[in-house]
Amino acid sequence: MSTRSYRRIVADGFWHNNPGLVQLLGLCPLLAISGTVVNALGLGLATTLTLVASNLSVSAIRNWVRPEIRIPVYVLIIASVVTAIELAMNAYFHELYLILGIFIPLIVTNCAIIGRAEAFASKNPMPRALVDALAMGLGFTAVLVALGGLREALGQGTLFAQAHLMFGDMARGLTLTLVEDYRGFLLAVLPPGAFIGLGLLLALKNAVDEHLERRAARRRAAMTEQPQT
Amino acid sequence: MRFKTFTSPHMSPVRSVHRVMRQVLYGLLPGTAAMAWFFGWGVLVNVLLAVTVALATEALMLLLRRRPVRPFITDLSAVVAGWLFALAIPPLTPWWITLVGVAFAMAVAKHLYGGLGYNPFNPAMIGYVVAVISFPREMTLWIPPGTLADPAFTFSQTLGIIFQGQLPAGLSWDAVTSATPLDRIQSGLGVGQPLGAIQDTPLFGFVAGRGWEWINLAFLAGGLWLLHRRVITWQAPAGMLGALFLISGLFWLMDPAAYPDPLFQLFSGAAMLGAFFIATDPVSGSATPGGRLLFGAGVGLLVFIIRSWGAYAEGVAFAVLLMNMMAPTIDQYTQPRVFGRRARGQEDQG
Repeated sequence: MSTRSYRRIVADGFWHNNPGLVQLLGLCPLLAISGTVVNALGLGLATTLTLVASNLSVSAIRNWVRPEIRIPVYVLIIASVVTAIELAMNAYFHELYLILGIFIPLIVTNCAIIGRAEAFASKNPMPRALVDALAMGLGFTAVLVALGGLREALGQGTLFAQAHLMFGDMARGLTLTLVEDYRGFLLAVLPPGAFIGLGLLLALKNAVDEHLERRAARRRAAMTEQPQT
Repeated sequence: MRFKTFTSPHMSPVRSVHRVMRQVLYGLLPGTAAMAWFFGWGVLVNVLLAVTVALATEALMLLLRRRPVRPFITDLSAVVAGWLFALAIPPLTPWWITLVGVAFAMAVAKHLYGGLGYNPFNPAMIGYVVAVISFPREMTLWIPPGTLADPAFTFSQTLGIIFQGQLPAGLSWDAVTSATPLDRIQSGLGVGQPLGAIQDTPLFGFVAGRGWEWINLAFLAGGLWLLHRRVITWQAPAGMLGALFLISGLFWLMDPAAYPDPLFQLFSGAAMLGAFFIATDPVSGSATPGGRLLFGAGVGLLVFIIRSWGAYAEGVAFAVLLMNMMAPTIDQYTQPRVFGRRARGQEDQG
């Protein structure tokens, strides 16, 4: 377990064991906050930050925490981190904080975070835990942003609407209007759009995996045939 | 080896999907004609457009799924789904709504679930609900019923409205559209108007909305013909219409000023279309005789609830989809007794 290379850890977080697409953890915020790219990015980065802090803390104290009480300890750590992040967001990104609302404190219940603490950080040294937190967090963010982009483009015909909430007034020009005079496709904005969109992303990932698998199998077959001829 | 049968008049039933679907289409003809009579060319244009989109999407999905195209395209199930969708939408609906709704119905609601026979939800109703949720403004643009002898719009004007969104010169949407009778009752009761005053307006006819009562009567006739040809069974329509009649009758007796009479409910909106053509869907509905009765009753009950207290004026599509979700459970508890056994799955001891 602990012998996993950094390269492997990163590949797991972004693809093979992605929290959003493979572990299917943290679906509640994933489905609720993926209406626009900016909301998705905001929640994704907040989750990543939480993951980094909690993974590092859990990894640092992993040799002193008795296994019997490890879960309450993890919960305490994660809750403290999330509270700190919530207060920070309230101070520095107030408008975004108001939009994300309950889903910032709810990061504490995101199973992906306690899952990484239990499955990885408690068994690995701090540098590995840090890389794992970054890979998992950014992998989760990538799925959130992809879903947010899909829903925003289909639902409103824009991308990066309200970017100023995150990047300040300079980013107002970032908003891309894909289709002028778009009538809006409410289904994509409403909750069913989140479920359908995530289903399509899952199908896409499985299709890509299947394609790669088949190509690898063909190459193996070609390799084993060549020496004989 | 083939055995020749000599005695007894054995009738071999020829029941293929193609044949059933063709008869369903025949059954739809009277109602479609009535709708076209009252709402003009737009109904026929919508039917043609929706059927074309349905066939094209079906062919595309079959190609993508590497299934044989010809046998599935010619089974007419896509035609029926597109046709039902076209009957559910307002007659002047812009073309892109039909495109989005029908394509979603065929691609997502039908083929992503495995194609004909595997879809848990009625594709036409999914398409309608997608359209009604996504484009609430356009999907309420009903026009007051006229007659084909004196149509509100000529054929070319209708084409212009549907495909280019251009109303004839000098007209605005507010001038040409009108609430449906069900809409009118819901909004009227919402602001405290007495039911009698609402129903006194020219929007209403003998028992239900003017025009709508004849459309429902025509769908009833087509449905009874299907029943006579044994394409559908009586349980689902009887369950739905019976439950709708009973529950609306109960509330009408309690407060006739606040609830329309049961006959009005039966001959309004999509009641007859839903009872005979949508609740009887052999794939997404219930499969046991008792189950169909329950399924239909559930639809009728939900239609009344949505019409009376819901956010939408008509609830057949939502009611059918909600009951589609229940159908597997209903089937599980209503399995008929197998001959030679006492109850479900129990061996007969005697």
